[in-house]
Amino acid sequence: MNAKTSTSMTDTAGTAARAAQDAMRPPVDIFEDAEGITLEADMPGVSKERLHVQVDANTLLIEGEVQIDLPETAEAVYADVRSTRWRRSFTLSNELEADKIDASLRDGVLRLRIPKHPQQRPRRIEVRTTG
Amino acid sequence: MFGTFTGLQGNLFDQLDRLQRELDDSFGLWPQAAELRSPAVGSWPPINIGATPQRVDVYLFAPGLTADELDISIQQNLLTIGGQRRIERAEEQRWYRSERHSGEFRRAVTLPEDVDPERVEATYRDGVLHVSVQRRESAQPRRITVS
Repeated sequence: MNAKTSTSMTDTAGTAARAAQDAMRPPVDIFEDAEGITLEADMPGVSKERLHVQVDANTLLIEGEVQIDLPETAEAVYADVRSTRWRRSFTLSNELEADKIDASLRDGVLRLRIPKHPQQRPRRIEVRTTG
Repeated sequence: MFGTFTGLQGNLFDQLDRLQRELDDSFGLWPQAAELRSPAVGSWPPINIGATPQRVDVYLFAPGLTADELDISIQQNLLTIGGQRRIERAEEQRWYRSERHSGEFRRAVTLPEDVDPERVEATYRDGVLHVSVQRRESAQPRRITVS
């Protein structure tokens, strides 16, 4: 059963659709400061070569394929992780500079820094008191 | 390769087992008792276990750690993996989502009885901890010739 499943998962026909459907949603932290937004995502098992970050119009897609060394003949005894793919997408608002996103991956944690347009950064507004 | 794990999804008995665990955890009313060390559904970090006649491989999906934040021990066939992941969430930043696990964690796994606690190797790569435990020779299948 195992060998067969493994083969069908690597077949090309319908795999993309299937993969998108079966993908796991990586947990994320998102926070904002004056200069921009930072997103951190847990994507364990994903190497730099198998990570895909894409911006299309105002949609940000993060995607990665999990690879671990498991002997070919191994039998699964227990599995919390039942997919080989992480995938999640977000909408970017206009004040963010999508073409200046900085991405880094370390120990399975993806970190994206999305800067705001300089003119969109918050300005402190002085309140004048009238005497 | 990884299909070994994804293949589990289709197994009806496995799904029933999972359903039972969920019931067990949410109501505590399920007539069949849960194993003492069985984790609550959604425990962090998630674990996968694969076995061959020669060894047992345990994978812990715990990204963003360093080796000294992990505490791995084995007592006979009980493997325990603990540690902590501290995520600093500064007050001055505006937070929208904080879904990532922060703080201590511990998971215990009961391995087959024939594992050798003296022969354990652990590696950490791409946020996955891989603990490989060798099994004793006597447990491995032997070919028996008929005379």
